[in-house]
Amino acid sequence: MSRPRDKQMTIDQVVAELRDGMTIGIGGWGPRRKPMALVRAILRSDLKDLTIVSWGGADVGLLAEAGKIRRLVYAFVSLDSIPLEPLFAKARQAGTIPEVCEWDEGMFATGLRAAAQRLPFLPMRAGLGSDVLVHNEDLALVTSPYADARGDHEQLVAVPALRLDVALVHLNRADVHGNATYLGPDPYFDDLFCMAADRAYVSCEQIIDTAGLTVETPVQRVLLNRMMVAGVVETPNGAHFTTCTPDYERDERFQRHYAQAAGDDDAWAAFRERFLSGDEESYQAAVRAFHDEEEK
Amino acid sequence: MSDPTRAEVCAAAVADAFADDGEIFGSPMGIMPMLGVRLCRLTSNPDLVLSDGEALFLGGVPPLFANADVVEGWIPFRRVFDVVAYGKRHVMMGATQIDRHGNQNISAIGDFDRPARQLLGSRGAPGNTVNNRTSYWVPRHSPRVFIEQVDVVTGVGPKRAKQAGPAATKFHDIHRIVTNLCVLDVKGPDDTVRLLSVHPGVTVDDVGEASGFDIHVAGDVPETRLPSPGELMLIREVLDPKGLRHREVPEP
Repeated sequence: MSRPRDKQMTIDQVVAELRDGMTIGIGGWGPRRKPMALVRAILRSDLKDLTIVSWGGADVGLLAEAGKIRRLVYAFVSLDSIPLEPLFAKARQAGTIPEVCEWDEGMFATGLRAAAQRLPFLPMRAGLGSDVLVHNEDLALVTSPYADARGDHEQLVAVPALRLDVALVHLNRADVHGNATYLGPDPYFDDLFCMAADRAYVSCEQIIDTAGLTVETPVQRVLLNRMMVAGVVETPNGAHFTTCTPDYERDERFQRHYAQAAGDDDAWAAFRERFLSGDEESYQAAVRAFHDEEEK
Repeated sequence: MSDPTRAEVCAAAVADAFADDGEIFGSPMGIMPMLGVRLCRLTSNPDLVLSDGEALFLGGVPPLFANADVVEGWIPFRRVFDVVAYGKRHVMMGATQIDRHGNQNISAIGDFDRPARQLLGSRGAPGNTVNNRTSYWVPRHSPRVFIEQVDVVTGVGPKRAKQAGPAATKFHDIHRIVTNLCVLDVKGPDDTVRLLSVHPGVTVDDVGEASGFDIHVAGDVPETRLPSPGELMLIREVLDPKGLRHREVPEP
């Protein structure tokens, strides 16, 4: 019987597909369901000059601190329970991200939607009157060809397509072909990221067989179809320290440790040495050791 | 029952901001807005639609940070954006800076290209202000918050909206600014911030001294109303038994 192709990859194989200067979209939302194992692998690589497109959390903070970002497209960067992402704030205040594009967070979804639909732009009200239009000189307005009830031809923001070279997303379950389910409360925009990208790579908590995706899980939770996906990686605890509900919640204790370390050069060097100097396996081992120590 | 605290006056003032909204999504950012919106739903506006701040519409009205009991719908982030554009929403956001013309800043302090202090980013403020009713909550009214001109315009005030044209004004509606001292709107002359009421124990001069620009005052300014005994019971016994409101607004 013919079967669709097997797209399983390793973390390092995914990162080997990336190139300097690429535009990379990172799924999830702030400190929620981020493909952190893939982000950590980018930190270890010699990739540079990336354009990062993200509703940002620690993914953006870490990549900024590591000097990987030439251009950042974002609407916010936050850890939620810690409102300001410390490494991102530090990078902005030190001026180490060469180019920033701060958009409204809804514009962001519209830009991804335009890219997913292969349109040059989609019109939107968000941005009008705000400094988003002042600080992003490339954002243009478009005049409606239709008059409204008062006879006005409204001028709206023409949100340009956020076309991505690569999308990286993290889902709860996937099969080897790239079909994938989210089991938490919110799909975020991971399907749009994948459709906006030339190639999308999905990391997941667990790879299961296709039939298993809809056992005790409504079919509506199959967010990604294999036609949107180029590769699948199993990375248990791979969203750590962001949420991956219901597999696990945010690791608040670790996040506090991260934020505290980020505020001090020596503490940060120690954090990097302890957690980010090895591969994903050694990261997960270091996190387990961290919790064992904290619980003593 | 003991006298209402300043925090409880604030909660009732937030609730009043949502009283006339009818059947729309009341979307609070932060503890006091969340408390006020839930109080409103239990008193003046039972049709108000509430969420858990994550992805669910709540059928019931649980205490702050309690788990949802009855769920009445699904509101993941993508649908929040749909509702923003649909317009049946009133958001109460925070504000690191607000200026004379009611522009809000939550993006950065100082020069945007090299900020002295990076804040959250624009978040949804630009889209909120030109699409649905928007209010602000300021827990510490000070000249650093109420500033002549914001460093970055994230939330758009009425004057900027008018300058941007009909598409920006059509649904623009800055409703209330509630602070720990007073209640304001942006309906002063030339679309400026205007004082509507001062909380009990606060004078008009106090508000002036705590503001970095002249806030418009027309005639006698009334006192913000006190919460009723019923509202106090709901705030103290039902919605915020842990007293989180007093951490945000301590007694003066």
